[in-house]
Amino acid sequence: MIAALARIGRLALAALAALGRIALFTVQTFSHLVRPPFYPREFGQAVMSVGWQSLPVVALTAVFTGGALALQIYSGGARFSAEAVVPQIVAIGMVRELGPVLVGLMVAARVTSSIAAEIATMKVTEQIDALVTLSTDPMKYLTLPRVLAAGLTVPVLVAVGDIIGIFGGYMVGVYRLGFTPVTYLQNTVDFLEPLDIISSLVKGGAFGLLAALAGCYFGMRSSRGAQGVGRATKGAVVAASVLILAANFVLTEVFFSA
Amino acid sequence: MIRLCDVHKSFGGNHVLRGVDLGVERGQSMVIIGGSGTGKSVVLKCILGLIRPDAGRIEVDGRDVTQGDRDDFLAKFGMLFQGAALFDSLPVWQNVAFRLLRGRGKRPRAEAREIAVEKLRRVGLGPEVADLLPAELSGGMQKRVGLARAIAADPAIIFFDEPTTGLDPIMAGVINELIREIVAEMGATTVTITHDMTSVRAIADRVAMLHRGKIRWTGPVEEMDAARDPYVDQFISGRAEGPIETLR
Repeated sequence: MIAALARIGRLALAALAALGRIALFTVQTFSHLVRPPFYPREFGQAVMSVGWQSLPVVALTAVFTGGALALQIYSGGARFSAEAVVPQIVAIGMVRELGPVLVGLMVAARVTSSIAAEIATMKVTEQIDALVTLSTDPMKYLTLPRVLAAGLTVPVLVAVGDIIGIFGGYMVGVYRLGFTPVTYLQNTVDFLEPLDIISSLVKGGAFGLLAALAGCYFGMRSSRGAQGVGRATKGAVVAASVLILAANFVLTEVFFSA
Repeated sequence: MIRLCDVHKSFGGNHVLRGVDLGVERGQSMVIIGGSGTGKSVVLKCILGLIRPDAGRIEVDGRDVTQGDRDDFLAKFGMLFQGAALFDSLPVWQNVAFRLLRGRGKRPRAEAREIAVEKLRRVGLGPEVADLLPAELSGGMQKRVGLARAIAADPAIIFFDEPTTGLDPIMAGVINELIREIVAEMGATTVTITHDMTSVRAIADRVAMLHRGKIRWTGPVEEMDAARDPYVDQFISGRAEGPIETLR
């Protein structure tokens, strides 16, 4: 009994210590926002890598999800004669929930893994140590540009995902389910409120920050060897995904609890 | 110029450094020898502040390395890492000119490239290498680029971490010769860690042997063979039998 309690206690302490380390890492990262030197070239490259190069996967995910959502709502709604709400539910579902969450998870899969693997490899091949000996702070040079780029570009990706997802629903609604184009678009526009869009973009920003921070944190803490890189990458993706889903719940509560 | 007094460092229960005392004079080439895992790299990393010692004092030019401006301190150093540690995403010339493209010593891009090409030439690489990525180079070429990066900002102190590991004997000889020549030209103070005895004889003014976390022996390289220390004797002759425990 005591052994089991001790084990639970150890796990709780380890979890709290990890939370503390992550919080400290986050504070350290953002403290570099106001302390030069700055690295605009690295920031630009991170914007391209996180934002621009994620567009295809975000677009594909969104268009198929929007289409599937329209089919589900139509067949589900048919049970109580509510087939006509397809445009409204697709719009609200994509903008409030599926757009931000799916884009966040796609960014976690594509960007977090890539950041964690890249930084972990730099760590095990002493490139991080080399940066320090060259008077360059790795937090400033590697972490801040990536975190900042993700925080700023993921909301844009979410906006694009929302639009393409609604477009996917529109295509299915109009060409498969027989909605008229004007009615479909009119219902979509009428039903969405500014708060829906704001919540979507705020979620995108938060998910982007979490995804990049997880990648950088696990990469920087990687242990030696190929196994260390693998463990860092896996840990980063799992942590980012869980954090994104947890943050989604909290933000949904904040925006729509009333 | 560099002084370590009673430096201790442990990783968990592994006591790597157990009171290291070592001095390196200005312009001197010190080589630290010792078996794998004896903490040679840890000594260099402690001096640079990459690892914080648990106890002891490290001074460079009479100043405690934990005091003062960190950028000014690091500007004195160049380092050649064991695996060269070149930045994969940058072309060779940007690796060499890394310090010249950023921070306080920032130069215009064209000038930085010119300096990089000149440093590459100094280590025997032509300008055609400048725009290649590190992954496109052989191990020996990567070491040369690492050497060019270490000397790019004309540092007063240069560290070499296993400069010839993984190279064939001819390339190892070339790197040793380059190090000797460049150090003589620049008048830099150097600390090299290696277990390659050919390198030791080619590079060193003085040798220090690290064993069980302490400096076991130190003296001029000419006296190394005559040192009546069974540990040094076993190490330089490469015998399996002797006081240094070996795993079989």
